[in-house]
Formats: sequence, structure tokens, C-alpha cells
Amino acid sequence: MQIYLPIAEVSVNAFLLLGLGGIVGILSGMFGVGGGFLMTPLLFFIGIPPAVAVATEANQIVASSFSGVLAHFKRKTVDLRMGLVLLVGGLIGAALGVQLFNYLKAMGQVDLLVKLSYVIFLGIIGGLMFLESLRAIMKTRGGAPVSTRRKHTWVHNLPFKMKFRTSGLYISVIPPIIVGVLVGILAAIMGVGGGFIMVPAMIYLLGMPTKVVVGTSLFQIIFVTAFTTLLHATTNFTVDMGLAVLLLIGGVIGAQIGARIGVKLKAEQLRILLAIMVLAVCGKLALDLLLMPSELYELGAGGH
Amino acid sequence: MNLARGGIDMIRLALALLMLMILPARGEQVVAGLSQNRVSITATFVGSEILIFGAVKRDAPAPVGEPLEVVVVVEGPSHPVTVRRKAKRWGIWVNTDAVLVDSAPSFYAVATSNTLANSISEIDDLRHHISIPQAIRLVGEAQEGLNPRDFAEAVVRIRGDAGLYKVEENAVKLAQDTLFDTRILLPANLTEGEYRTRIYLTRGGYVASQYETIINVQKVGLERWIFNLAHERPLVYGILSLVIAIAAGWGASAAFRLILRT
Repeated sequence: MQIYLPIAEVSVNAFLLLGLGGIVGILSGMFGVGGGFLMTPLLFFIGIPPAVAVATEANQIVASSFSGVLAHFKRKTVDLRMGLVLLVGGLIGAALGVQLFNYLKAMGQVDLLVKLSYVIFLGIIGGLMFLESLRAIMKTRGGAPVSTRRKHTWVHNLPFKMKFRTSGLYISVIPPIIVGVLVGILAAIMGVGGGFIMVPAMIYLLGMPTKVVVGTSLFQIIFVTAFTTLLHATTNFTVDMGLAVLLLIGGVIGAQIGARIGVKLKAEQLRILLAIMVLAVCGKLALDLLLMPSELYELGAGGH
Repeated sequence: MNLARGGIDMIRLALALLMLMILPARGEQVVAGLSQNRVSITATFVGSEILIFGAVKRDAPAPVGEPLEVVVVVEGPSHPVTVRRKAKRWGIWVNTDAVLVDSAPSFYAVATSNTLANSISEIDDLRHHISIPQAIRLVGEAQEGLNPRDFAEAVVRIRGDAGLYKVEENAVKLAQDTLFDTRILLPANLTEGEYRTRIYLTRGGYVASQYETIINVQKVGLERWIFNLAHERPLVYGILSLVIAIAAGWGASAAFRLILRT
């Protein structure tokens, strides 16, 4: 069934969108990731204009994170104070990111910015994940226990310290704000929640306990992506309601299925699968940039 | 350039007057109709086929000799288009050069009863702006070292590949030099606006009579409402899309849990 998307102004198959939402949902349920970083490039591949894909995906992430954060609130695994500090940074970052996005859009370089950011981030994350899970598989085979120890780093010597009771931390607010700003910029230009950057940063850089990390990052992501959605909607008019709803319905159902599959697989195997997938998407985008395109010209809206 | 346009307009006016004088003598006039004057873009819009039909009205017996042909042109609203060209920089393909094409129609279809060259002479093609290159206007000065023609050709090629620009030769059926009809397919990726539809009757490649009408293409219903809201009250639209998305997400997960339980 073809459906005409009013904002993207393209006609696409509704079942294709539901299916895409479903597949990405299954993956995000299996791996416990947001899925924005997979969905946005997939939307490019089916011909949704990148500006619309990024803005609409931000809208979808708000909704898919919402039910997640409710569950975490029930389990009391959200550090509200840390979430608010991250949020302050995130809002600043999102505003900066949308500015940058609009500036490059006027210059005709926004596709390049979005795709290049994806290649770089997917490449780094996918590569690191691949190596780490490979190492973990080797280690479990060798039988050596994996030890973790909290270290005292430069992060703990900065001013403006604040007590974060839920996380059991007494650290400066500067590093969380910087993390927030970076994630906000990524949310605005890549249409991702940024969990894949924030979660490792919270664990390794801020030293937060793992159990509150996911809930807190979801809490921050909801508000930052909601803010990004509003910024894109008011400055670019690129949020497509119909597209978001279709992707979402598929995504939510997929996530439930994925979570059930995920329980049955081993963590290392899951991680290596995800790493391979991330690298595959990264490779496809990189090839688009590296190989000579079959059509060198591109049309944009006229006027300046 | 404006001066030249003015000149062309003058010539056109003179020709129109001339034609008015000639017409009664030749006594051939085109009368035409469309299967629809309005195309509505709804949520399930997959394109639309317009039937264009008509007849040749004569006061006197048809002149012999030069063959009678029919040319139909459907033209969407024109907009300026920025055409960008990629080049290899630091190992990757990047948009580098850009040319502003002053005006290019969003849709352009030409259907003829013979080959295009046999249906309309070169002079009347220029005069009436019929073939695709005539529809694209390029007046602004380009950057140095760029050939703006390449960029205009890219517009024709890209829109042609998207099914938006097309020339369909021998697509107008002409029966007994009197009745004709053709179908023009409007694809799903249409833009809104007035689609100017022209029908030319030619004798030996020269326009003998013409008829002009308009097809209105509009988003309607939900599509119209969403589009207007997004552009006129973007903040309300943004908040609404967040609320709808959250409600849909929540609803879908609740429904799924319900299904699993039963």
C-alpha cells in the first residue's frame, strides 16, 4: 500500500516503513540500543530526504524512549540530578547543532555533514565494539575473570562539584555538561538519541554505576530529542508526522519481540552481531562517499 | 534579457493578431477537454492519469497537402532550482560547484501525434516553448569556468529519470484528422500548483490553432491539513507530532502486551 508523506513529499510503501521500523525495533530490543543510528541511514537508503529523516527520527526517538524511561522510574534507576545536568548541556548542544545544520543546509553541504558524521561515528563505535567483544569472547574461553576498578582521574579534580546521590558520586558538573553538549549536537545533526556515546561516557568518564546509566541517559535523551524535534519543526519544517507514526508502530512491536530474543542469546555474541551490523551500514555510507556517484549533479530548492 | 523578452512578447502579440486574421481563412480550430481539471493529493495518492481529448472544428473542408498533427503540453509550476555538482575532494565526493537555474517546471510532459520533429517546426517550438529545453530558463551569470548548460541538462536528466519530464512521441491518437486523444500520467511525486495544459494543432509543423486550460493539483484532506499546520503553525505542529508519537508508541506497546497475554 503506497502512502504519500505530506512533508517528505514522496510516496512510499506503508508496509516497507512498518517493516523497517519492526526490524530496527527488533535489533534495538535485542541489543538494548535506541536504534536511531541504524534507522536514519536506512531512511536515506529508501529515498527519504536526509533533512526529513534526521528530524523525523528525533521525533520517533522521543516516543520510543518514553515507555523505556517509565519502566526505569518504576525501578528507581534514574539519577534525576545527573539527568538534569546532562540535559542542560544537551539543550545547548541541540541548539548549536541545529544552527550548524541549517547553515550547512543553506550551503548545500548538509547531506555530506550527516553522512560523514555517520561514517565516522559508526566506524569508531562499530570497530571498538567489535574488538572488545572479540576480546571478551577470547577471555571467557581462557577463563580469566574480567575485573573492573574505579580509578581516580582528572575528572575528579575539576571545580563546581556537586553531589549526585543516586549515583553515589561527588564530581564537578563540567564533564557531564560537556558530555551533554556533545550528545545534543549529535542528536541535532544525526537524528540519534546519542545513547551509544553517552552510556560509555557515563560509565568510563563519569564513573556512574551501570544500573542507573541507561535510565538516566533515556531521561536526558527524551528531552533533548523533543527539543531537537521542535527546533527542526520550527526552522526547517522537516518533521513528518505520518512517517514517524508508521516507523514507531513497527518499532515498538519489534522492540518487544527483540527483547524476548535477546534474553536467549549470549551478551558477547549479541555485541559482535551488532558491531558487524554497525560496520556494514558504515561501509555502505562510506562507499557512497568514496565511489564516483552515477549522477554527479543534484537538485536543491532554489533561491538563497 | 528583459528587453529581449519584451521583444519576444511583441513578436508573440503580432503573431497572435496575425493568426486571428489567418484562422478564419484556414478555418481549423481545436476544441478540447480533460477528464479532470483537478487532481487531489490524498494520503494514498499513487499518481493520476489524465485523459486529454478533443476535435478539430472546421468551417470549410480540410485543406489538403500538409499533414495535420496534434501536440499536447502539460507543465507544472516553475521554481528556481539550485543545481550542485560533485567533485572529488580529499578522497570523497563533495558538492563543489553550484548554478542557479532561474526557472524549471516541476513537471513537464509533451505528447505528440507524430515524432516531435515532424509535429512542430523548430521555429514554432521556439515561439511557443514546446520541447523540454524551452521550458528551462537560465539567465543569471554563472561562476567562471562553469558551463551553465551542463547544469540545465542535469535538471532535464534527473527529472527525466524521476518520470517528471517526458516526451512521448506518437502518443496522441488522431482519428480521421478530426478526433484526437491522449493520456498523460501524473506521477505520485507531484508538487502542488496549477498545471498549465496546452494543446496545439499544427499543419506542416506550424501552429494553426491552440487551446489552453489549467489542471489544479492540490493536497486535500489530512495531507492538506498537516502540510498547512507544519508551515503556518510549526510550534503547534511540532508539539502535536511529539504528543501523537508518544501516544502511538505507548498504545502500540500496550496493545502488543494485551495480545501476548490473551
